[in-house]
Amino acid sequence: MGETFAVKVLSRAAGKKIREGEIVFVEPDYILTHDNSSAIIGKFESTVPEGKVRYPGRLAIVLDHVTPAASSKHAAGHMKIREFVREQGITNFFDIGTGICHQVMPEMGLVMPGSIVVGSDSHTCTYGAFNCFATGIDRTEAAGIWITGRTWFKVPETMNIELTGSFDAGISAKDLILTIIGDVGAGGANYMAVEFNGPAVGGLRISDRMTIANMGIEMGAKIAAFPANIMTSKYFMALDIKIEKAVWSDHDAEYARSLEYDLSDIVPVIACPHQVDNVVPIEEMTGTKIDQVFLGTCTNGRAEDLKSAADILRGEKVHPNVRMIVAPASRKEYLKAIKMGVMQDLIESGAVILPPGCGPCLGAHQGVLAPGEKCLSTANRNFKGRMGEKEAEIYLSSPETAAASAIAGEIKDPREVLR
Amino acid sequence: MTVFHYPQNDINTDLLFPGKYTYTCSTGPEIKEHLLEDLDPAFAGAVQPGDIVVAGENFGCGSSREQPSLGLKYVGVKAVIAKSFARIFYRSAINQGLLLVQSPEAVNYFTEGDEVEVDPAVGKVHVGDRVFGFPPLPDEMLDILKDGGLLDHIKKEYIIGDEA
Ligand code: SF4
Repeated sequence: MGETFAVKVLSRAAGKKIREGEIVFVEPDYILTHDNSSAIIGKFESTVPEGKVRYPGRLAIVLDHVTPAASSKHAAGHMKIREFVREQGITNFFDIGTGICHQVMPEMGLVMPGSIVVGSDSHTCTYGAFNCFATGIDRTEAAGIWITGRTWFKVPETMNIELTGSFDAGISAKDLILTIIGDVGAGGANYMAVEFNGPAVGGLRISDRMTIANMGIEMGAKIAAFPANIMTSKYFMALDIKIEKAVWSDHDAEYARSLEYDLSDIVPVIACPHQVDNVVPIEEMTGTKIDQVFLGTCTNGRAEDLKSAADILRGEKVHPNVRMIVAPASRKEYLKAIKMGVMQDLIESGAVILPPGCGPCLGAHQGVLAPGEKCLSTANRNFKGRMGEKEAEIYLSSPETAAASAIAGEIKDPREVLR
Repeated sequence: MTVFHYPQNDINTDLLFPGKYTYTCSTGPEIKEHLLEDLDPAFAGAVQPGDIVVAGENFGCGSSREQPSLGLKYVGVKAVIAKSFARIFYRSAINQGLLLVQSPEAVNYFTEGDEVEVDPAVGKVHVGDRVFGFPPLPDEMLDILKDGGLLDHIKKEYIIGDEA
């Protein structure tokens, strides 16, 4: 019987043959933390006063969540992190404006195929797009790994998702992953590794894969992974990095569950408040008035996403009753979008551009909602209170739907605009 | 002992601790003020050490933030009994030294007013007049839990161990 991706990666890291359900101790290749590093530093220092990080070269710290600082308390946290970075000699430090951690990690070449990366952020699973075994941990565990360099994993079972066909115009990776989450449910892949296989995988862009892997956690998955292919090689080649450890499941690998999706069957969908798996076809929501549209986040803030929106917004105006907020995922993606002329289109249509970072995604600043307001967002979560106000409603969609709806002032099917 | 019963499934981390406070509240007392704020605003004022939380499926889904598990441990919740837990929350609870009991049978049997007792050593949970078993934690995790959480465990095992 063949082995899955998860079993293979963890076996190699553990240095022995392992089976599903077994507990293994491994040393992750990188440990990502972000603004929450200041709290982690507190835990680190109270556990090992004057202590040194075991492998400073394996830490990656990105300031992205509340940047630039929204209050002096946030600023003090950032200051503490910068001091720690200097004291401990941490080289993989990326200050405000570099971008959202999950965009910056691949850009800096830190999420290599076949490697293991943990992060004190649930969307660390994004790096599965690069054939990386990547998963979220809490702050306490991050502090523990800073000290010891290692952690444990229970070797997960795997869910296989076979993809065939190709998307129709106006439909994209976000519609696919929301559809899957709607079918599987918020806990449907709990503790599992999710693999994406099938003929359609080769046609997905890196940005599409990132959108899909990013939302693995929204169905409970431990990791959500793609095989490395030509697209992956090209990505790392541009960074001057050679792929050496890529690994994938055997053809006869045993899966706990298998699902199939034909991309040509996918239609635009909306995840309605307040659960990500509360997914309905867009017809059921068209006409819902919205107050804000948010285009960005680690799910849909890349140049490709901004372009998909700009192609719809070009020459049109954002509806007078709508604020449209755009936050590019990183400085690199921002520059790419500028070169493509996308930023000009967005600004001319009336969008407000924020610096690269998480922006209003977590409800701390830069576009917090008022009670009773409705926001259509390209983010990955619509939990109650997520955008800072529990009496507000968040609807999730693709960038295409976000753009069409921004013009209409209400939820609108992007296929109608493209026709 | 009070049992706080939240029967719905998929209670997420934003309901347990709103994201807007994640970078300004990280200690027990700071967290307590907002613990379960958007789920049950009365919880933080009412909870006492030794109390128990009973919940549905996929409890703790969403963010990796640890304020929910750290906060529940801080206020003295003895155990969270749920039909199932989200992965990161489960891990985080072990790291904080918070006892989780996965027992859909116990949750289904529970009715308001039932006394609940948990005995982690033998893997038994008493609900009213019934007793339910639950799968014991692997030894590695049990050790962390016994030491009161990951960092205390590291202090004991790793740092002292290294010097010895
Ligand atoms: S963009 Fe949103 S989901 Fe992504 S890392 Fe930032 S806060 Fe988290």
